[in-house]
Amino acid sequence: MSTVYNLKREVEKPIRLTGGHRLCAGCSTGVVVSGVLRALDREDRAVVVNATSCLQVSTFMYPYTAYMDSYIHSAFENSAATCSGVEAAYNALKRRGKVEGTVKFITFAGDGGTYDIGFQSLSGAMERGHDMVYVCYDNEAYMNTGIQRSSSTPRFARTTTTPVGSVGQGKKQNKKDLTEILVAHNIPYVAQTAPIGNFRDLHSKSYKAIYTEGPCFLNVLSPCPRGWDYPMAMLAEIIKLAVDTCVWPLYEVEEGVWRLSYMPKKKLPVEDFLRPQGRFRHMFRQGNEWMIEEAQSYVDQKWERLLEHSGA
Amino acid sequence: MSSRLSGNEAVAYAMKQINPDVMGAFPITPSTEIPEYFAAYVANGEVNTEYVAVESEHSSMSVCIAAQAAGARAVSATSSCGLALMYELLYVAASCRLPITLACVNRALSGPININHDYSDSMGARDSGWIQIYAENNQEAYDNIIMAMPIGETPSVRLPVMTCMDGFITSHAVENIELLETDAVRKFIGEYNPEHYLLKKENPLAVGPYDVSAYYMEHKVQEAEAMKAAKSRILEVAAEFEKISGRRYGLFEEYRMEDAQLALVLIGSTAGTAKAAIDKLREDGVKAGLVKIRVFRPFPGEELARALAGTKAVAVMDKSEGFSANGGPLFAETCSALYNLKERPYLINIVYGLGGRDVRTEDIEKVFGRLADIAVTGETHPAYTHMGQRSREEETV
Repeated sequence: MSTVYNLKREVEKPIRLTGGHRLCAGCSTGVVVSGVLRALDREDRAVVVNATSCLQVSTFMYPYTAYMDSYIHSAFENSAATCSGVEAAYNALKRRGKVEGTVKFITFAGDGGTYDIGFQSLSGAMERGHDMVYVCYDNEAYMNTGIQRSSSTPRFARTTTTPVGSVGQGKKQNKKDLTEILVAHNIPYVAQTAPIGNFRDLHSKSYKAIYTEGPCFLNVLSPCPRGWDYPMAMLAEIIKLAVDTCVWPLYEVEEGVWRLSYMPKKKLPVEDFLRPQGRFRHMFRQGNEWMIEEAQSYVDQKWERLLEHSGA
Repeated sequence: MSSRLSGNEAVAYAMKQINPDVMGAFPITPSTEIPEYFAAYVANGEVNTEYVAVESEHSSMSVCIAAQAAGARAVSATSSCGLALMYELLYVAASCRLPITLACVNRALSGPININHDYSDSMGARDSGWIQIYAENNQEAYDNIIMAMPIGETPSVRLPVMTCMDGFITSHAVENIELLETDAVRKFIGEYNPEHYLLKKENPLAVGPYDVSAYYMEHKVQEAEAMKAAKSRILEVAAEFEKISGRRYGLFEEYRMEDAQLALVLIGSTAGTAKAAIDKLREDGVKAGLVKIRVFRPFPGEELARALAGTKAVAVMDKSEGFSANGGPLFAETCSALYNLKERPYLINIVYGLGGRDVRTEDIEKVFGRLADIAVTGETHPAYTHMGQRSREEETV
């Protein structure tokens, strides 16, 4: 791969996730999956592994698959173990001369399938050191079942299980920092990214994750127009705001070395990210100013820590 | 060649001879020794299997599903709660038509926690689409593992196979056993060359779709047809196996059933105890017999009906409690198998041995005593009882 990223050249590669799948308009998941798979070298094959999710039901509804590569879905909570199994089979068959060429193993799961129910399976697979990439497309709630809170849902967000009422004010707890938990697994490569701008960040991190030997993890912010309640056309802008407010900083940890991937020219206030989203609407009601203040102070604190880690 | 092995070692040894591509390994009593022995074979270079020591049984079955879908032969072993943790995936394995081999060392399910034998684990999984073959002793446990792949991998079947043996009673007791030569085992099971698999270069494959109502039922009916087809395949494989081993297997074993008027239907190691009791009763002139179910899935209903057609009274002995309030699972299957006979024997159900409670020849003789009464009086009430319960008055501590 040339070290200079060229979007035009990348999109000229044969497509690996075909159109016609059933993901919603304004959903980022298809963009994320295409973006990650595009990083595969042309001649390499992949086996795509998928947890039960919006992505799964939308891209492989019998008898149609949207994937040009082999694909397996087994259940909700076991996509990392499933990927381990495919990789183990590859090693065994390769050793016995029964499989040819390079095959890469890439898992996609939502935040419910990663932060929550699939967490044990993920942790186990990372510890065992399989040569695989695990991609969490993080849309911050159980969207496939209709917007229920997960441990990835940020504080104050309204979901159908953290509704806003006369007493309830959305989710009470902060978002679990899964990326840092994966860093603590001491695996070769962990990165936090998003499909932003010309996709350079997503592409280069995907490439590194796919072509670094051993278990690699990507956490990709993946807005959901239904769950986040923003106008469909705003997808790219919402992602940009998440990054420029430092709600979702872009960074990577390679062999234990932290590196900030993107320093906003001007760090925007968190409320710029919150305002366009219906899930945070109640935070802007009179008397709820404290929520925005607390959300800001939480983001600032996390951002400072990240700057410290990455020596930026 | 003759050897002396525990059931677990016999199963692990069969797996070594098979040299599968992938093993998903996780410890749980009493099956733990199987992945332990196998790990030693890996460490000593006696096999070149990819040994994946996972963090739960859920993941070991997930690894097996994925590996088998990828084109590999995958095996695992488990017991009790480990099998329960796999339940969701047992259905996935069967519906994806992946002929995985799982050694189930039967143990009671929690709670309360108990490490000893009954069939509550595999009986809970009886409707998951897996072929289930039960062993009476170490020899059968060894033989069943070797027959599992030729059965499951046949294109008309393509279903996963669970070979079951009694926890501790069979898994840990050391018995004399006849082992096949490794070359003979490898020749018998052959190479695994599936038509479609994930790693096939020429033709990518997608496994595990979202299956809408327009297709789901067709897929389930195909699975049901495969289970029906498994019955004849099991017998074919048994016939081939007899040629290399001299040991004969059927869907069930009939013991002194030719002229039996009173019969038991049961599974597993209790058959040994029952055979001893029957021999004694036969000396006293009692026409007693036994049907030992070997293959529970597919259930040999028609064959069982024929075997029991000439009897007067039958006790179905369930070593698992189904909480149906209507008897255990083997009883339900036997009743339904016999229903269309023009003349049926009287049927009762005795649930026994839960959590490893011992059963002795005297207990079996008592059952035959009751069957003798029923044959005369026709009185089956109560048709569903539990063997050897302490009375309420008795000290429980």
